[in-house]
Amino acid sequence: MTINEIQDEIIEDFELFDDWEGKYEYIIDLGKKLPEMSDEYKTDENIIKGCQSVVWLHAYEKEGIVYFEADSQAIIVKGLVSMLTKVLSGQKAEDIWNADLYFIDKVGLAGHLAQTRSNGLASMLKQMKTYALAFSSKEFKV
Amino acid sequence: MSSSNHIISAKVREQFPILHQEINGKPLVYFDNAATTQKPQVVIDAISGYYSGYNANIHRGIHHLAEKATSAFEQTRKGIQRFLNAAKQEEIIFTYGTTDGINLIAQTYGRAFLNEGDEIIISTMEHHSNIVPWQMLCEEKGCILKVIPINDEGELLMEEYKKLLTNKTKIVSVVYASNALGTVNPVKDIIDAAHEVGAVTIIDAAQATSHIKIDVQQLDTDFLCFSAHKLYGPTGMGALYGKEDLLNKMPPWRGGGEMIKEVSFEKTTYNELPYKFEAGTPNIADVIALQTALDFVNELGLENIASYEQELLEYATEALEAIEGLTIIGKAKEKVSVISFIMDGIHPQDIGVILDQQGIAIRTGHHCTQPLMQRFGIVGTSRASFAVYNTKEEVDKLVAGLQKVKRLLA
Repeated sequence: MTINEIQDEIIEDFELFDDWEGKYEYIIDLGKKLPEMSDEYKTDENIIKGCQSVVWLHAYEKEGIVYFEADSQAIIVKGLVSMLTKVLSGQKAEDIWNADLYFIDKVGLAGHLAQTRSNGLASMLKQMKTYALAFSSKEFKV
Repeated sequence: MSSSNHIISAKVREQFPILHQEINGKPLVYFDNAATTQKPQVVIDAISGYYSGYNANIHRGIHHLAEKATSAFEQTRKGIQRFLNAAKQEEIIFTYGTTDGINLIAQTYGRAFLNEGDEIIISTMEHHSNIVPWQMLCEEKGCILKVIPINDEGELLMEEYKKLLTNKTKIVSVVYASNALGTVNPVKDIIDAAHEVGAVTIIDAAQATSHIKIDVQQLDTDFLCFSAHKLYGPTGMGALYGKEDLLNKMPPWRGGGEMIKEVSFEKTTYNELPYKFEAGTPNIADVIALQTALDFVNELGLENIASYEQELLEYATEALEAIEGLTIIGKAKEKVSVISFIMDGIHPQDIGVILDQQGIAIRTGHHCTQPLMQRFGIVGTSRASFAVYNTKEEVDKLVAGLQKVKRLLA
């Protein structure tokens, strides 16, 4: 599936909820279901600096496809992180770099990506794109 | 709640325009008062009144507006003098806030009078603003930072404190009321013991001024700092109280206009107190508005405010303790209206997000007291803090909100 197809699927999922509680129950559920990252990747270099909860992001590349794994101490952040990796992991580096993540706004979670939230999510998204750029420039060099 | 108190809170609430709004479709419940209190309409009007009526640079102007602005500005200095019962108005220095005041002392008194091997005592429950300025000084001068330990209730171990005092102790700087725990420290005893070894004392009163009547002469403290914005006043201003003889001995810090007597390229001489420490055009509008905030507090009476807030604190403590899996962090005998808590298996940030969805504003995280969080072995807490305009009905909403947190997250 392309990045936009996955985004559209998430938007459709969220249309089922008519109040905030349903929405958050769903996000919390995503957070609970996201497999815990193995300790070997929970390194200081993989920490996305956020004020309140730690977010770890591990990225690797295989034949032009970039994969992400992520984790967080806080369950709601973990749920949001799960959505971001679902959309961007397993995609071409170039597509990740160029991705327009319109689903965040559409499902009413834009506030969570605001810098003021200081939960590291905005920094995480930036880091994901930076990885993608780094991996794609490596390709160019080869 | 006694009926008279109920009337106070209802009448007071009307004066705070920000409280009458909905957040996420629910009436705002503002329980983040230890971070900053909201401002009554009179304070907001004082700021706009200055800009629309008599904005002028103060002190050296000879025209009417400059005189009016200068007089209003200096009125606040007298107001703070009375509020703290300082002996002289020259002992009140305007600052950007508590942090600025502590840095001023560290950078002037500290740099001038502390030497290698001298000791500075702070406590485990200090805000980073009463830790970092001293660490910076220690790094520069080779001083030693010592820390008063606390018990599990969040109270200072006074016997341990007394053991830390030596003839090398030059500064004792402690918080009056803890922002993270609510603990009210026995500052008079701390000051007296420090003076016995000849140390100077600094009291961080940021969390105290809106709850506790302060008398700097009775406390006999050498310095005391506070912020206007935690006292129903504007952000970005505060004051430092210092004993006159100490302030006179201290070298100036920031150089510039107002703090000088005469300037030549060969030598500059400095102004008298308090202007020696007030370089540059100050935050005139907010200084003037602080007097309005002091009037607001004085009219209600700090004792009435405190007794009402204590009622809220007791009511909330009882209600929160009844929630299974919730633990209150900070159970000192004497507290200001601050409740910090943790919930089994739930990250504080998740608690904050779910409460925010219900229109309830609390603070979550380490509250700029990371060493204190380490002492309790936790990443952070959720903190509800009450001001004079809060109500028991709002506490009930918090309790219901936390039940929802449990249902969604536990």
